[in-house]
Amino acid sequence: MPAPQQRRLIFAHIDEPGYSNDLACYLRHGGYAVMKQAFARKPEELIDEVKKSGLRGRGGAGFPCGVKWTLVDRKSGKPIYLIVNADESEPGTFKDRCIIHQDPHQLIEGTMISCFANNVKQAYIYIRGEMPHGARILEKAIAEARAANLVGQNILGSNYSCEIYVHRGAGAYICGEETGLIESLEGKRAHPRIKPPYFPAVLGLYQCPTIVNNVETLCHVKHIADMGGEAYTKIGTPNNTGTRIFCVSGHVQRPGHYEFECGRITLGQLLNDVCGGPRPGRTFKAVIPGGSSAKIMRFGERYKGKRKVGAEMVDYDWGVEDVPMDFDSLGMIGTMGGSGGVIVMDDSVNMVEALANINAFYSHESCGQCTPCREGSLWMKKITTRMVHGDAREQDAALLKGVADQIPGRTICAFGEACSWPTQSFLAKFGDEFKNYHEMKKTAAPSAAPLI
Amino acid sequence: MIAPPKPDLVTVNIDGKDIAVPKGTNVIEAARHLGIEIPHYCYHPKLTVAGNCRMCLIEMGTPAMDPATKAPILDPATGKPKINWIPRPQIGCATNVSPGLHVKTDSPMARESREGVTEFLLINHPLDCPICDQAGECKLQEHSTAYGRGYSRFVEQKNVKPKRTQLGPRVTLDDERCILCTRCVRFSKEVAKDDVLGFVDRGSYSTLTCYPGRQLENNYSLNTVDICPVGALTSTDFRFKMRVWFLKQTPSIDPESSVGANTDVWSREGVIYRITPRQNDAVNDTWMADSGRALYKQVKADNRLLAPTLNGAATANEMALKAVANLFQAGSVAIVGSGRSSVEEQFLTRKLAAALQVSAHLVSRVGLGDRILVSADRNPNVRGALVTGLIAALPASQLTALAADVDAGRVKTVVSVGEDLTAAGLTAAQLAKISIVYLGTHKNATSAAAQVVIPTLTVFEKSGTFVNQQFRLQKFARAVPGPAGVNDDLITLAELVAAAGGGIISFELGALWTVIAAEVRPLATVTYANLPATGLLLDATPWAALPFCEGETLHFKPAATA
Repeated sequence: MPAPQQRRLIFAHIDEPGYSNDLACYLRHGGYAVMKQAFARKPEELIDEVKKSGLRGRGGAGFPCGVKWTLVDRKSGKPIYLIVNADESEPGTFKDRCIIHQDPHQLIEGTMISCFANNVKQAYIYIRGEMPHGARILEKAIAEARAANLVGQNILGSNYSCEIYVHRGAGAYICGEETGLIESLEGKRAHPRIKPPYFPAVLGLYQCPTIVNNVETLCHVKHIADMGGEAYTKIGTPNNTGTRIFCVSGHVQRPGHYEFECGRITLGQLLNDVCGGPRPGRTFKAVIPGGSSAKIMRFGERYKGKRKVGAEMVDYDWGVEDVPMDFDSLGMIGTMGGSGGVIVMDDSVNMVEALANINAFYSHESCGQCTPCREGSLWMKKITTRMVHGDAREQDAALLKGVADQIPGRTICAFGEACSWPTQSFLAKFGDEFKNYHEMKKTAAPSAAPLI
Repeated sequence: MIAPPKPDLVTVNIDGKDIAVPKGTNVIEAARHLGIEIPHYCYHPKLTVAGNCRMCLIEMGTPAMDPATKAPILDPATGKPKINWIPRPQIGCATNVSPGLHVKTDSPMARESREGVTEFLLINHPLDCPICDQAGECKLQEHSTAYGRGYSRFVEQKNVKPKRTQLGPRVTLDDERCILCTRCVRFSKEVAKDDVLGFVDRGSYSTLTCYPGRQLENNYSLNTVDICPVGALTSTDFRFKMRVWFLKQTPSIDPESSVGANTDVWSREGVIYRITPRQNDAVNDTWMADSGRALYKQVKADNRLLAPTLNGAATANEMALKAVANLFQAGSVAIVGSGRSSVEEQFLTRKLAAALQVSAHLVSRVGLGDRILVSADRNPNVRGALVTGLIAALPASQLTALAADVDAGRVKTVVSVGEDLTAAGLTAAQLAKISIVYLGTHKNATSAAAQVVIPTLTVFEKSGTFVNQQFRLQKFARAVPGPAGVNDDLITLAELVAAAGGGIISFELGALWTVIAAEVRPLATVTYANLPATGLLLDATPWAALPFCEGETLHFKPAATA
C-alpha cells in the first residue's frame, strides 16, 4: 500500500520558499485571525474544544491536553501560569526547533489562545540553552507581536492582557521534565519535584497552578480553535487525533521531518516510501520510534495481540513495518510514540556501541537528585563504555539488565524510565549481540569513528 | 490548663497491623509508632521532605471504592475491604496517611527496591569504614548490613571527588562518602537560615560545596555533621579522635544560655570527646549550637582550679573550711550566688545566706540572642534562682549595691559562688578591702585576690537541674569524674552552711530533693529521680510580670510586655 500524502498542519509553511519568520509574513498568511476570533468566545468554550479534539501532548508522554487543563486548580485565587516547554532535548527530535526558527508566530498565537482559554496573565517560553538562535527569533517575534498589540496589555481592545517572556535554559536535558523546568525557571537547580504533592496543576511555578505544554501541542491548539474540536477529531484516528510530526534520522535515504495524520501511516511506509528506504546495499536492523528513550524495535520481530477497533477487539499480527505510527499502537507493542524522533539503524550498526552512545547521553544528563537514576545511569554508561573499549565480559549482558531493572518506577521523575528503557530493550531484543560482544571484539576491525 | 485539641486520627494498616495516627503523619512516622523501621537517609523529621534517597520505598494500597456508591468494596473471601495495591513502590517519607491506607514495608517489592538503592549507593562510595569516623553510627553501614549483597558487581573505576574539604572552621567534608541526601543543605537553609551549601556538577558527579567565597561557619554548622547519615560531614574537632562505640553517652544540658538545649555528653574513661544534641521537641528539637559543643574543653583547661588554697598557698579542704568559718564568725558577710549554679546549689546558697542572715546577690549575663538556640540570657539558671527563692527580682549585670557596701565598710567578707567579682564591677581596690571566699572552677581575677579558694566542678562533672527560659526544670547528669580531691559543689556548699551555723543538710541529691520539695513550693512534687528526661514545665505565673531579657527563640515566645 502506498504511503498517504503528508498532511501539513503545523508544518504548513516550514521550508516553504519565501516564507519568513517575521510578523508581516505571518499576517499575510492569515496569522492571528484565529486568535482574534478566539478572544470573542468564552474561555470555557475553548477548553471544551480542546477537550473534544482529543489532542494529546506532543512532548513525549501523550497526555491528553484537555485533561491537563481541567486539572488546573482554578479556585485557589492564585495566578495561573502557562509555560511553553521548548526545551526540546530528546535525541532524535527536531520538530519544535523548526517551528521556532521558521514559524514563531504560530507558536505565539497558539500560546495566546491557550492563555486566554485558561485565564493566564503571564506565560513563559522556556527554551533550551543550546538554541540561542531560536531564543533570539522568539524575542524578536514577541517584540513584533507586542508592538502590534497582539501580546501585552489590553490585546486588540479585548480587555484581555497577557505577557510572554522567553527564558533560556543553561543546557540540561532534565529541564524538559516539567517540574525540573519549573525549578529552573524559578532560578534553582533543575531537580524535579516529588509528586505528590507538587503537581504543576496545583503547586507549580512559584507554588501557583501552572500549565506546561510542548511547543507543538500549543500550535495544535491554534488549529483546534480554528477548525473546532469536532473537526479536528476527523484528522488522524480515534484517540490519536490530529497530525504527528516525525523526525526521521539515521540510516535512511531521505532523513528529515514529515507530518502525517496520526495513525494513518505505518512505520514501513514512513521509512521505505517516504524516507526512501535503507542506504544502498544495506538492510534495516532496528528503529527507535519516539526519541532515544523509547524502547527499540528489531526488524524481523512480530507483535501479536488484540486491539480495539471501533467497538470490537480485533487480533493483530504486525511486523515492524506494519505498525501504525500513533500513540496507542506503539504503546501496545511495548514502545512509545514519544516525541516523534524516529531513529533508524541499519545492519552496519553494532547495538552495543549504539547503546554505549545512548548511555553516555543519559548518564551525562541525569540531574543527580535521586539515587537509582543518578548511580544507575552512570554505572550502565561505565559498563557499555568498558565493553566497547575492549574489556567486555560475557556476564556484562546480565549485569546490564540487572542494573537497568533496578531503576524504572523508583525515581522522582520519568528520567528513570528514560535512562533504563534503552538498556532494557536493547538487551531484550539484541541480547545475543551483547553476550557475544567480547568474542566479536577479538576479531572486529577497530571502529572508524571514535567510540564514547 | 487547657487540654490540647484532640488531633484528627486516621487509621492505617501497616504490615497487617492497624494503627491510628494523627492526620498529616507520614508513613515513616506511622510505622515508627508500631516499632517498624522504614529505612531512610534523606528524610529527617525536623526538615522538609526531599524524597531523593529512594530508600524508604514501600508497597502501598488504598481501599477499592465502588465508583457509584462510594462505598468500599469488600473482599468476599475475607469480608475485609479490597485493597488496590499500587503496582510501583512509593516513598514513605512523602506519603501522608489517608484513611484505610495499607502499607507493606517488607514485601518482596519493597525489599528489592531497597537492595537496589543500597547497591547503587555503595558503588561509588569509598567503603572506607575502618578509617571513617561515622562507622558505628552510619546509616549506610547499618542498612548495607540489612540490604547489601555482601559483594560488589561493580568492576569499574569509582568516581573521584575531593576528600578533605574544610567547609568551615568546624566541619570537614569528604565528598566521596556523600550520598547527596541534601539534609545538610536543607538544614542550613531552613533551620540555621544560612543558605551556604549546595551542589555543583551533575548526576553522579554532583559535589557538595559552599557558595563561592562563603564558608559554613554559622553557629549551627555542626548540626550538619549530626544529621549527615554517612561520614561525609565530620566534625574537625572530633575527627580521628575516638571510635564512637567506645563512648558512653550521658544526658546533659547546654549551659551556655537560658534555652537549655538538651545534650548528650560522649566520654570514655573520664575524658569527654564530644557533645551532641539530644532530642527534645519542646526545647531544641534535634539541634544545638556549635558554641555549646566546645564547652567540654573547659574540663581539661590549663587554668582549672584543682586544689583549695589559703592566701594563695595550697592547703587541705579542712583548713580552707576552717578559715571560712573564722571569716563567718567575724560577720559582715555578703553572698554572691550564680545563675550558672544548679537549682540544688542555688537552694544551698539560699540556705547559706539565710544562716548568715543576709540576702544573696546575683549577676546577670546578657548577650545577643540568635533567635534559634542561644538566647540573650547567657545564664542557664536565673529562673532557678527565682524558683528556689535565692533572689526575688531579676539580677543586674553589675554588683553596684555590693560595691557601695564594700566602700562603706558594711561588708568585710564576700563569698562568691563561681562569679568573677571584677567582671561584675568590683574594682581591685574594693577587692583589696575585703576577704574573698571563692568557689569556682577556673582561675580568674577573683580567685587570685581571694583569701580562700575552694575548687568546684564543671557541669559535666556533677549532677543537678536547671530551669530554662520556659520554666522547664531539666536535669543533667555527671558524665565524667571531677579532678582528684575536688569535692562536689553540693558538699562544699553544705559544709559552708554548717560552718555558718545553718545546721546539717544532706548533699546527696535524692535526700537534698526531699528538703527542696518540702521548702520550695513550686517544686513540691519533684524528686530528682522522677524528673522526666525531657524536663518538667513549672508554673511560671508568680514571675510572669518580670521583664526577662530573652527574645524569641525556637519553641519560646517571650510574654508580651506592656
